[in-house]
Amino acid sequence: MKETNLTILENQQIAKDVYRMRLQGDTSAITAPGQFINLLLDGYYLRRPISVNDLEGDVVTIIYKALGEGTRAMTAYPAGKELNVLTGLGNGYTLEKSGPRPLLVGGGVGIPPLYLLCRQLLAQGKTPQVVLGYNTQEEIFLAEEFRAMGAEVHVLTADGSCGTKGLVTDGIAGIDGYTYLYTCGPEPMLKAVYNVTKTSGQFSFEERMGCGFGACMGCTCKTKYGSKRICKDGPVLEKEEIVW
Amino acid sequence: MVNTKVELCGLPLENPLIPASGTFGYGYEFAEIYDINLLGTFSFKGTTGEPRFGNPTPRIADCPAGMINAVGLQNPGVDAVLAEELPKLAQCFSKPVMANVCGSSVEEYVLVAEKLAKSPQVGWLEVNISCPNVRCGGLAFGTQPENAAEVTRAVKAVAGDKPVIMKLSPNVTDITAIARACEEAGADGLSLINTMLGMRLDLKRRRPIIANTMGGFSGSAIFPVALRMVWQVYEAVSVPIVGMGGVSSAQDVIEMMMAGATAVGIGAANLRDPLICKKIIEQLPAVMAQYGITSLQEITGAAHR
Repeated sequence: MKETNLTILENQQIAKDVYRMRLQGDTSAITAPGQFINLLLDGYYLRRPISVNDLEGDVVTIIYKALGEGTRAMTAYPAGKELNVLTGLGNGYTLEKSGPRPLLVGGGVGIPPLYLLCRQLLAQGKTPQVVLGYNTQEEIFLAEEFRAMGAEVHVLTADGSCGTKGLVTDGIAGIDGYTYLYTCGPEPMLKAVYNVTKTSGQFSFEERMGCGFGACMGCTCKTKYGSKRICKDGPVLEKEEIVW
Repeated sequence: MVNTKVELCGLPLENPLIPASGTFGYGYEFAEIYDINLLGTFSFKGTTGEPRFGNPTPRIADCPAGMINAVGLQNPGVDAVLAEELPKLAQCFSKPVMANVCGSSVEEYVLVAEKLAKSPQVGWLEVNISCPNVRCGGLAFGTQPENAAEVTRAVKAVAGDKPVIMKLSPNVTDITAIARACEEAGADGLSLINTMLGMRLDLKRRRPIIANTMGGFSGSAIFPVALRMVWQVYEAVSVPIVGMGGVSSAQDVIEMMMAGATAVGIGAANLRDPLICKKIIEQLPAVMAQYGITSLQEITGAAHR
């Protein structure tokens, strides 16, 4: 963990209610895909935790959904503005167990952290299969970026307005021979993915957090190996330890 | 040269800052980013007789100038604290620590206090009779003077030479009645205030944000309430007070001390800014100089004189 000020380079809408923010500064504490940063917003007491979408040198990209008052206020932040940020939070995904053909499954704003993971897997010569689920066409983001970097991408929308009509589980059903699973999305999706996938894997969870660095016990969940803090011991949990 | 040293129940503190229980874990998350030996001491996570998972999530809600928590005293239990947490703490903290004692019966308070008092790492026992987030116990002991006195007496009997500090709730009609009852029952000090009972709703779901419906409100918004209660309790008792509630700056520390605090707890501010205590300690000498204070020890209760 590091406390630092990052400068906004860009803050743009990329889909319905979804925004991409690129921030520049000391990103040295970010060490793994799936980690998150915790942003202090003007006029809000607690920070807003947002997963790392991409990291290139001293520029970190986050993708966030304007869900509540705080994130809606963020959408108006101009380039050049400085934000106080805690960086390098959470454990993140590990690449070691991926095997040659890992399956990446993301839903909605659970998709962003899979992007950096996918880029790193490709750099290792792996052939990731990517299943992305959205509600509807106007909410689609990042799918083209995944394709552009060379991943095989399957897009599903719940209403059938783009790609295949269905849920991510329908997309997974059409993919054979994957060697490992990485996933992030809303909890009902994670549970459905857990039930239909056969390999081991890593699941990234979301919870309302107090501090984001393990002090307050605000985001604790039960696992097979005792209580874990989503912010510090997670957000990524191994499939074998998850208790629904 | 200014002097930030104070003394709490006979034990010296380098400065009056004490991160409050429940906002500082067992110290090591913070030791990752600064040397926590800078602190006067800190109060570790509230400890019960048995391990507790705590309340269901969501346990946290953001508020203007504060936050609500309903963690529900999640902790590994007193035996694990002694066997695992305190040895780990010894690697990054060399000063006496304040042990936060919780229970849902007088017997449990006694069991936990007796075990923690025996640890050479423990300097003070802080007895939480004010947690708003657990159903039986906690707050039940902190809202009735006779119950507060009973816990105080029972813990004092097993505390050995460790000072016993009773942590009081603001969720009472007259905090001075509880404070006096604790003092008369032998408390060596008082800490106040714990969080204020509060709640928020999720407008979309039309339901409380907190799974447990209500929780403890803390953060800078409660500072004036905390200051008022420290003022009142200072007038009512003669034992030292650890003043806390919304303290977020060196100025707040000084204000709390002038109202009657001997030492000052920092709670929610640690969760917002993990470096806040280090920053306040660094700022204290300049702010003291600004107000013509050469020794912090001398300003406790200054506003009453």
